[in-house]
Amino acid sequence: MNSKHFIFGVLILASVSALVVAAQQNSTPVIAPTKKSATQKQATQPQDEGERVFQQNCSRCHTAPEGFSPRISGTIVRHMRVRASLSQHEEEQLLHFFNP
Amino acid sequence: MLRPTLELKPRASAHAIRSFIFALAALAIAHHGSAQDTPLISGGVGFFTSTNAGNTTYLPIIEPLLAAPLGRHVLVESRAALLEFFSPKGGDQSGYDHSHFIGLTYLQGDYVASRHFTIVAGDYLIPFNTYNDRLSPIWISNFQDGPLIANLSFSSSGSGLGGMLRGNAIQRSKYSIDYNYYYSTRSANEQFSASRGSGGRASLYLPEQRLEVGLSYDRLLQGAHENFYGAHVWWEPKDTAFRMRSEFASGHHAQGYWVEADYRSRAFGGLDSAIGRIEPVFRMQQTFRRDTTVSDGLPLVNTQRADFGFDYNLPHNARILTSYAQQFSASGNHNVWETGIVYRFLFPAWKGKQQ
Repeated sequence: MNSKHFIFGVLILASVSALVVAAQQNSTPVIAPTKKSATQKQATQPQDEGERVFQQNCSRCHTAPEGFSPRISGTIVRHMRVRASLSQHEEEQLLHFFNP
Repeated sequence: MLRPTLELKPRASAHAIRSFIFALAALAIAHHGSAQDTPLISGGVGFFTSTNAGNTTYLPIIEPLLAAPLGRHVLVESRAALLEFFSPKGGDQSGYDHSHFIGLTYLQGDYVASRHFTIVAGDYLIPFNTYNDRLSPIWISNFQDGPLIANLSFSSSGSGLGGMLRGNAIQRSKYSIDYNYYYSTRSANEQFSASRGSGGRASLYLPEQRLEVGLSYDRLLQGAHENFYGAHVWWEPKDTAFRMRSEFASGHHAQGYWVEADYRSRAFGGLDSAIGRIEPVFRMQQTFRRDTTVSDGLPLVNTQRADFGFDYNLPHNARILTSYAQQFSASGNHNVWETGIVYRFLFPAWKGKQQ
């Protein structure tokens, strides 16, 4: 395998990846936006915010562990705060996401 | 081939066990302020096999991780590796030789002053590029082997002894910039051996695009005083289970890169369906040597390697890793077949307070 073949392989991989991602995004079911009442919004906001923190920080490196004791959720969040430089607010939102 | 994180210089088992007991003692005296702050034990236990050029090796391994918060701002954390390595006897002899290894991967204390400043002290993983401090645990890696350039930094062991400052420099809704700066002192201690050096990493993250780009630099401050440069690009498009990660690293004697992609489909009942749990993975890497001075752990000749794999994410935090690799170099081409299973555990260190 020479360098040309290798670079060709990388390009093929990149093209296939882009196609897969595009197909995946197109196949994602579109959820009709619904108007939420202020109360509903307030109730779901912390959960959404915590999920966003999780998606943008924790799951960049690893998938979520399948269930853990609520007694260690604060320790997990502290560990993530160090790793991902989270603010105290994000730490609280993430904790709320783990313990809704 | 062992994972780079396991290619630490052998450290005495007794010292390792003593240090681990020390870490456990630190956990035991940890004052946890709320019912959610109970110290935890996490990590992975795995069994790996690798057939490289016809030789099959076996590797049972445990990587425990301990984390204990102290008050509102401090976290003490440590990770270790305990393994037994079985390899075929050479020559005409039948049967297997085996060797064991017990060693601390890191043991550090973190003081979180704010999101902008976290002070880390102790034996820490060097954050040069991303693999070493983010992807090296066995319960996170997509492949059994680390990339060939994983050890290319001022410390070939992957850890430093000293201090680090890390945090978020700028946080906006459209982007954020993280940084770290570290200094390591020279140490010949059997358990905490380290080289003198310093360096840092800065990374820009675009949350809407889920794109991260970063630059790393570090410098060996003893002996030849060599410089090392690194760059990484991660892309994880929103609403997909596709991830692309890549790194480039350049040292005084060699340089190289790797590109890795993995994907899980949501089209057949979601990620937790039988098909959604299948994860095709691919990694391509090349290393280029400038001279034959052996100081960085990279192959002595230019090498190209492509890994193709299928991982299966079982329920209950278990994962099967399988891969096939073709490696090409002037010293010979060979195939590498690898299989393994990893179970990730995560539980409180003790019963703790009830909520």
